[in-house]
Amino acid sequence: MLTQLTHDISTMSRRRWLAATAGLVLGLAAFSNAKAQETIKVGVLHSLSGTMAISETTLKDTVLFLIDEQNKKGGVLGKKLEAVVVDPASNWPLFAEKARELITKDKVSVVFGCWTSVSRKSVLPVFKELNSILFYPVQYEGEESERNVFYTGAAPNQQAIPAVNYLMKDEKVKRWVLAGTDYVYPRTTNKILEAYLKSKGVKQEDIMINYTPFGHSDWQTIVADIKKFGSAGKKTAVVSTINGDANVPFYKELGNQGIKATDIPVVAFSVGEEELAGIDTKPLLGHLAAWNYFQSIKDPANEKFIKAWQAYTKNPKRVTNDPMEAHVIGFEMWVKAVEKVKSTDADKVIDALPGIEAKNLTGGTSKMLPNHHITKPVFIGEIKANGQFDVVWKTPGLVAGDAWSKELDGSKDLIGDWVGKKCGNYNTKTNKCGGQGS
Amino acid sequence: MSANFLDRFRAVLLAILLTAAFVVPALAGPFEDAVAKFANDDFSDTDEAIGAVATSGNPLAFPIISALQEGRLSADPDTKKVFVTGGDGKIIDAATGAAVDKLPDNAAAVRLNNRLRRAVEAALGGLTLLSPDPAKRIAAAQSVFKSHEESALAVIDGALAKETNKGAKAAFTEARAAILLYKADATEVEKLEAVAIVKARGDQEAMALLTGLGSDVPPNVARAAASAIASIQSNLAMWSMVQNAWYGLSLGSVLLLAAIGLAITFGVMGVINMAHGEMVMIGAYTTFVVQEVIRTRYPGLFDYSLLIAVPLAFLVAGAIGVLIERGIIRFLYGRPLETLLATWGLSLVLQQAVRTMFGPTNREVGNPSWMSGAFELGQITITYNRLWILCFTLAVFVILLAMLRYTALGLEMRAVTQNRRMAASMGIATSRVDALTFGLGSGIAGIAGVALSQIDNVSPNLGQSYIIDSFMVVVFGGVGNLWGTLVGAFTLGIANKFLEPVAGAVLGKIAILVLIILFIQKRPRGLFALKGRAVEA
Repeated sequence: MLTQLTHDISTMSRRRWLAATAGLVLGLAAFSNAKAQETIKVGVLHSLSGTMAISETTLKDTVLFLIDEQNKKGGVLGKKLEAVVVDPASNWPLFAEKARELITKDKVSVVFGCWTSVSRKSVLPVFKELNSILFYPVQYEGEESERNVFYTGAAPNQQAIPAVNYLMKDEKVKRWVLAGTDYVYPRTTNKILEAYLKSKGVKQEDIMINYTPFGHSDWQTIVADIKKFGSAGKKTAVVSTINGDANVPFYKELGNQGIKATDIPVVAFSVGEEELAGIDTKPLLGHLAAWNYFQSIKDPANEKFIKAWQAYTKNPKRVTNDPMEAHVIGFEMWVKAVEKVKSTDADKVIDALPGIEAKNLTGGTSKMLPNHHITKPVFIGEIKANGQFDVVWKTPGLVAGDAWSKELDGSKDLIGDWVGKKCGNYNTKTNKCGGQGS
Repeated sequence: MSANFLDRFRAVLLAILLTAAFVVPALAGPFEDAVAKFANDDFSDTDEAIGAVATSGNPLAFPIISALQEGRLSADPDTKKVFVTGGDGKIIDAATGAAVDKLPDNAAAVRLNNRLRRAVEAALGGLTLLSPDPAKRIAAAQSVFKSHEESALAVIDGALAKETNKGAKAAFTEARAAILLYKADATEVEKLEAVAIVKARGDQEAMALLTGLGSDVPPNVARAAASAIASIQSNLAMWSMVQNAWYGLSLGSVLLLAAIGLAITFGVMGVINMAHGEMVMIGAYTTFVVQEVIRTRYPGLFDYSLLIAVPLAFLVAGAIGVLIERGIIRFLYGRPLETLLATWGLSLVLQQAVRTMFGPTNREVGNPSWMSGAFELGQITITYNRLWILCFTLAVFVILLAMLRYTALGLEMRAVTQNRRMAASMGIATSRVDALTFGLGSGIAGIAGVALSQIDNVSPNLGQSYIIDSFMVVVFGGVGNLWGTLVGAFTLGIANKFLEPVAGAVLGKIAILVLIILFIQKRPRGLFALKGRAVEA
């Protein structure tokens, strides 16, 4: 009995020793192997499940596509890029957790991610604390300029204000419905627009502001209200910051109640090619959207990108949209900045990024500004029957993104300047850093 | 070198010939000049061209403008030639009317924006005022009423004199009044008459016309207009009450449809089924698949797609429901907390499964023609899709009620819910009845999905947006009582729609929730509480 036991122990330990040696050898081999192929890690922080998966999944694919293309060109600084994809599942606190995981555990050099403003606000402290870089690709409400974040989507002056100007000048709109989903982006944008419209002489009674919950599906009352508001003898338009899924029932109700784009046009800031791909576009014909990019824009760079993207996704019908272009620009800027300082060190890259230029897909060259926003052209497009947009108006040149809105009292004196002043909210009146939002 | 030169020479020669061939006739008259402007691809040039063509009196004006509206007008930017493709596929040169074999390769459809579409509508209104079809004449008069274009007055006066159709006559009279109201040199008497005619029309467009009237009208007219506005307003206010009631009924029908399946699984069986919404979603996706197959294989059947989808959605969702009951829920009877967690988890699994299979984006489910559009009833607009959903919901409700009352399965279901042990002693296979009941509830949720696909997004999140509302309706109406669910759904729908204009959509929803909580405090068993033994079980 006893001998049997000792025998067992000795065989076991021998086996264990063998296993350990083998493991060590293998580990060493793997280590040296890893050293030979050291990669630069790029974090992708987009929801792949939950409510926001509808919009964010495409952006994940876009970053993977861009990394693939870059690796075909030999990577960056002679190293291959490696994507680290995580799924924050449309859950705002989880965004912060996953961001921390990407930076501390996976040691990524840069993160491309977030869609909603609340997810961005939730990861901000993490990026500040761990000093990493986030590229944020979606149009947003502004009023922010952070050292660790680069905003490649539109600020309000690159989307909302030009759209309103177009309606005022070309469609001679005198009465405004500002309709939005009830959260931070529509509320801030509408506050800015309201102030802007009033500065243009629009009276309070000619502005109707309406908020609806997320995923609102019964639009009968609101559409009837819009119809009533629009029958005051003045040309009326709807400026829509309605988000995501709620758009489809809204447009359906407009169409069913017989409101055509020629009567009351709707200009939307959150409806793009991707959103239109899944719906019947009949009721939407002629309604407008304001973006910095449309798939239908004829430009060699755009055509090349669409072709490569459709080949990569193996889907000849796959559409492209504005936030994707923002990632394309942001990615190229990051690559250029890394190659300029020959390092992926966050501090060096952050300092190198302002001033970096990258070709956008609509024939211009966007530039990263000291306030970490970029210059972009603004287009107004009309929805066509095939789910694409027909550009009816565009700004003559590129518009520089304002981090702080000039229309709001609290922010009109603030600027973001991470080059000269090293400050995201520098007050030009008091010449001090730190105003609102510090 | 020499070949290159020759090429260039040939090109120049060709250009000269082309200019000679096309520009010279284009200079022939103002009509041709105007038509050529369509080729400039510039919105203000197109605007001028529309105005010039519409007033030219040329017989080609109507085909050109209507082709423009329907996207059948194309232009070659190099030769400045403009072509009309007829509804029958025949192509003519817009300037001359001569037939053309085929469009040049670089011809593109003339683009429009909203401002131009309005100009086109107004122009067509002027051009079709004398159409032989009375429906077209009425439509034309309506668009003149909206645009109150002075240039149409002579045509309308002429048309009015020989008009025999009653509807068209009324429309012409209103259009004439609209023009006179805005015509600077119309007499005060004419304007006062016009105000009276517009007032009699009494709808929102009439009000728009009157409120848009500037301050430069004679004081008598201004006073008459103000009183007309006031009377239209009070009339519209009354109609808006009717409208709210209709919207409430419609919202109630959607709530009822979403909740009626839950009234079976939760209400009758007592299973807290958090995956109920996903059954609705599965029904909607079944509709999508049916429509996809129809689109690719049998496009003629599209208008019947929903009729085909209803039984299929019932079977698919019902079968999944039976599987869930047999696989999970039967082990959890009497343990509500575990049931809640298990079905919640299940709902996430189902959502992600659908997301993986169909992708995270919305899927396109079209409205058949009989579900699109709306009709006017007095001063309210009733949309066909909402009306059909209301009818459909009531039909489902009646069928379900009849099934529970008159079929053997219904009898067994009621027996098992009332007293399980007694029912088992009488020889009813209670576990089979449980599975079928759950399947029935799920199948009805699937049917609801078919209807909801017509008004909402078909995405993996579809079910989530209805689950809370469904529980609210069932609990408010009284657990275990189908009539309670009916009354509960319509009460909540109507209350919501009367609160919404006052409090806004967000606050309205919160207010409803608070009211329900207060109500449940007072009557914990809902509107129609079940009495007797079932309550204690």
